[in-house]
Amino acid sequence: MTANDRSPNHLQLTRDGQLRHFLTLDGLDRSLLTDILDTADSFIEVGERTIKKVPLLRGRTVVNLFFESSTRTRSTFELAAKRLSADVLNLDISTSATSKGESLSDTLLNLEAMASDMFVVRHSQSGAPHFIAESVTPGVAIINAGDGRHAHPTQAMLDMLTIRQHKGSFEGLRVAIVGDVLHSRVARSQIRALNELGAAEVRVIAPGTLLPKDVESLGCTVEYDMLRGMKDLDVVIMLRLQKERMEGALLPSEREFYRLYGLNREKLALAHPECIVMHPGPINRGVEIESAVADGPQSVILNQVTNGIAVRMAVMSMAMGGQVADRQMQQSERAQA
Amino acid sequence: MTAQLDINQLLDQLENGLRRMIEDRQVADPVVIGIRTGGVWLADVLAKRLGIEGPIGELDISFYRDDFSRIGLNPRVKPSSLPFDTEGRDILLIDDVIMSGRTIRAAMNEIFDYGRPASIILATLIDLGARELPIQPDVTGRTLELDANQRVKLRGPDPLRIELQETGH
Repeated sequence: MTANDRSPNHLQLTRDGQLRHFLTLDGLDRSLLTDILDTADSFIEVGERTIKKVPLLRGRTVVNLFFESSTRTRSTFELAAKRLSADVLNLDISTSATSKGESLSDTLLNLEAMASDMFVVRHSQSGAPHFIAESVTPGVAIINAGDGRHAHPTQAMLDMLTIRQHKGSFEGLRVAIVGDVLHSRVARSQIRALNELGAAEVRVIAPGTLLPKDVESLGCTVEYDMLRGMKDLDVVIMLRLQKERMEGALLPSEREFYRLYGLNREKLALAHPECIVMHPGPINRGVEIESAVADGPQSVILNQVTNGIAVRMAVMSMAMGGQVADRQMQQSERAQA
Repeated sequence: MTAQLDINQLLDQLENGLRRMIEDRQVADPVVIGIRTGGVWLADVLAKRLGIEGPIGELDISFYRDDFSRIGLNPRVKPSSLPFDTEGRDILLIDDVIMSGRTIRAAMNEIFDYGRPASIILATLIDLGARELPIQPDVTGRTLELDANQRVKLRGPDPLRIELQETGH
């Protein structure tokens, strides 16, 4: 794998192409994405046992660093780490050290001094996990649990795992992402993953005010009319309306949004009859999605949650393995020097 | 040396040894578990020969290896599948080659995460010695001593054959 100094892979891959941080899907090729999905498949089986635990990360310390609140992502990361037998520390940074005036770097250096092996980072600033991996604690594996509007790579990969489970492969699939693409870090990661894995078409369906500029350059087609956009779909991914991120008047009203872009039974009937319905949660029932659809037979929303644990186990164990390989390489180079 | 490794002869040896063990221990209703990949092929064949019906268990021990901190995760891990309850059962654990004993250590740890078996009988096709842990097979097809440049590998599943390779240095 080639990596120049500017590509994210210079940072997140070892020289022989193993994952050592998981910051973004940008630059990760189909074979690595497939490795993540295959490894996650094996961890799904672990989750079905009476004793849902394997000893891979026994004795390692994983710190959940959430600078922004989250329930589902944080708890699935915590469960994933515990099922790998790691020790887990949950830090809600917004309410602790930083409020006493300690800088981000100092907080992290202190955690590193406690012999942490991995930080799972959620931050409202795009690029924060990248910055930590590059400049603050290079010996600690960094997993991006969502940064600003930039990326949410584990969410995208759990969505890919869910799609693969239900559709078998990505060949020929038509997938739509509906709703607030502008504020969504998930959408970017999803579009990237779907294209790399070989989906036939990625369509975004949203009002112009909720689309980023030049959204097509991400690798998708754009449809403003949901009734037209639902045609022939195999997968529809609803995005949450990020009310807390809304600035100014991007929407006329929630009711108007639901009428135009909410997924109800009538709109779903326009898609392929076996179209699956996905949503990263938390659901705003009656805002993006009708309850009868969210709880209906085509919904795989709860599968996504289960798969989230398996994907996070896969990424954590692969990144930890890459860190191990890195250290081995450095040691043998030092020995030769 | 290759000529001496007749797979059918070794399978006969394993089958007879397992029959004796099953009788000695008065095992009434055993289940068969193979360790991926070669062990699963052998488990299939031996279950048929012994007339044991029902599904074969397949173990992938990648998550239980003790060398994660040296080499990281096996990138080709597949899900384990034990399609039966192991609690209180008598298990025939099958692998192709035993050497250090670390694979069997990992396999037993994994089996215990599914439940507490009544007993485990270990059968390996080839025993290369060089043990690093106090683990011995109950039944072996053949004990071999290899030169430093030789490797042995089971190929299959159909037909099963044993390949002896010279690495050349």
